[in-house]
Amino acid sequence: MKTTRPPLSLATAAVVGVAFLLLPLAALLDRTPWHALPRLLTSTSALTALRLSIECSLGALALSLAVGVPLAWLLARVEFPGKSLLRAAVTLPLVLPPVVGGVALLLAFGRNGVVPLSLSFTTWGAILAEAFVALPFLVLAVEGALLAVDERYDDVAATLGSNTTRTFFRVTLPLVLPALAAGSALAWARALGEFGATITFAGNLPGSTQTLPLDVYLTLQDNPDAAIALSTLLLALSLMVLVAMRSRWRLTR
Amino acid sequence: MTFDADLRATAGTFAVAVTGRWQPGDVVAVVGPNGAGKSTFLRAIAGLTAATGTLRIGGVDVVDRPVARRGVGWVPQDGALFPHLSALDNVAFGLRGRRGRSAAQLWLDRLGIGDLAGRKPSQLSGGQAQKVALARALAREPSVLLLDEPLAALDVEARTDVRRSLRAHLAEFQGVTMLVTHDAVDVMTLASRVLALDGGAVVQDATVGEVTTAPRTPWLAALMGGNGFYARVNAGTLALDEGGILVAAEAPSSDGAEVLAVVPAHAVTLHRQRPEGSARNVWPATIRDLAVVGGRVRVTLDGTPAVLADVTTASAADLALAEGVGVWASVKATEVTVVVL
Repeated sequence: MKTTRPPLSLATAAVVGVAFLLLPLAALLDRTPWHALPRLLTSTSALTALRLSIECSLGALALSLAVGVPLAWLLARVEFPGKSLLRAAVTLPLVLPPVVGGVALLLAFGRNGVVPLSLSFTTWGAILAEAFVALPFLVLAVEGALLAVDERYDDVAATLGSNTTRTFFRVTLPLVLPALAAGSALAWARALGEFGATITFAGNLPGSTQTLPLDVYLTLQDNPDAAIALSTLLLALSLMVLVAMRSRWRLTR
Repeated sequence: MTFDADLRATAGTFAVAVTGRWQPGDVVAVVGPNGAGKSTFLRAIAGLTAATGTLRIGGVDVVDRPVARRGVGWVPQDGALFPHLSALDNVAFGLRGRRGRSAAQLWLDRLGIGDLAGRKPSQLSGGQAQKVALARALAREPSVLLLDEPLAALDVEARTDVRRSLRAHLAEFQGVTMLVTHDAVDVMTLASRVLALDGGAVVQDATVGEVTTAPRTPWLAALMGGNGFYARVNAGTLALDEGGILVAAEAPSSDGAEVLAVVPAHAVTLHRQRPEGSARNVWPATIRDLAVVGGRVRVTLDGTPAVLADVTTASAADLALAEGVGVWASVKATEVTVVVL
């Protein structure tokens, strides 16, 4: 490989960039009340938020898997009119301001919504809000992997007497498992950190919709130490996801 | 079971139409230039490419049946083993029930690779993978076995080895085998019949012997190691479409008849001086290319007509053959076979 000596201006800008990314995290770790951490993280309100966050994020992941894998399969394997439009729609939550997602969910599934399920301000609402923003991560990762799987495997499986469903579970799914795991980790992490859509659609009710990020935001005013402790916990969980995925963090190939 | 095909398939803008009938035990070499429709024909039989017409296996039309229920085995190029399954599980994939795995092991044993049962495809050589793919298809006891260039991706040694096991197992196979190949050795060692396609249509459907002695296109003649020239009969001689005249010992009667003049490469003799002998066909030519093939030298000549000649290495050395050298080519009239088209 050719080693290039970077121009000074570029190198300086890059160093500034690194500092911009790492300084806030360093500050967070610096201000973390390490000795008080066990106490702060085991307070009733923190534990409640943590339990709710885990439940909601896992619920959102389950929901994303249930609809995301078939959606990815549809996008990767079936030709139909309006496919690029559907892909754009699936990708939209990636770039949409989460608060807009929350408003949209409210209009769709809220008390006077198009589908009057009255899910707003319930734990189901929080799960739905998190799934809404997490879904694209899963779909894009799985679709990319499905596109890379040689379609001759499907053909061979068919000549061996396998129907489409059996082929999907015995051949296709095992082959995209690594991408499925990576997409799941990303989707779960995104769901865990969800704030805007959740607070807009599900509100901020301790015990039923107040997840960790919401708790952090609210406690920052009157109990900064507790907020910092929870932030450090979320940072640790995010790092765990990154470590678990190692080199698999690329969404596209 | 008799295999009857009257199929029309389209892949994109390309159409393939094949009609033919084959008997149990037939091994049919499907040959033709690139883009002739060989793979499309095989995929149409398997049901992987949409086709219309009839496809009778043992008298039952399966053309409307889904792929899974056709009783057709398909081995694509390089085998396409499922990469996440062991060799054994690959073979057992198409077998149901508890006895599937022991039957799969039996098939691997038969192909001499029983000890590789636990290996993943990535741990198998190309030849071993091809044998697993063959076992996987045979284990379902299909009525029709489709092999799409099973040896093309292998190196010379593996090719010989896999060819030997193909030969053994295809001889035992009770159904009809369709084998796509570009290699005359496969045609000669594995096949009993040849189905030659070109431009999506059948150009010849005959035994290997017939195709060797009387190929119907220059491409087929070249595949079988010879020269084939489209020609018209003109006053007892053959006027070649590409220029030049050949004299055949047994000249067809009717003037203007379209024929293929077939000259085996080994029947072309080369000389530095214009030969004085009895050969009726003598013409000057220039050597374009030399290649040593199996202890003989294959000489590609430009001339009227352009021709392939096979000479021994000894005579190639005697004649000091080299690219660009001018020589005289001669062919005895008795060596020119005339195929009336």
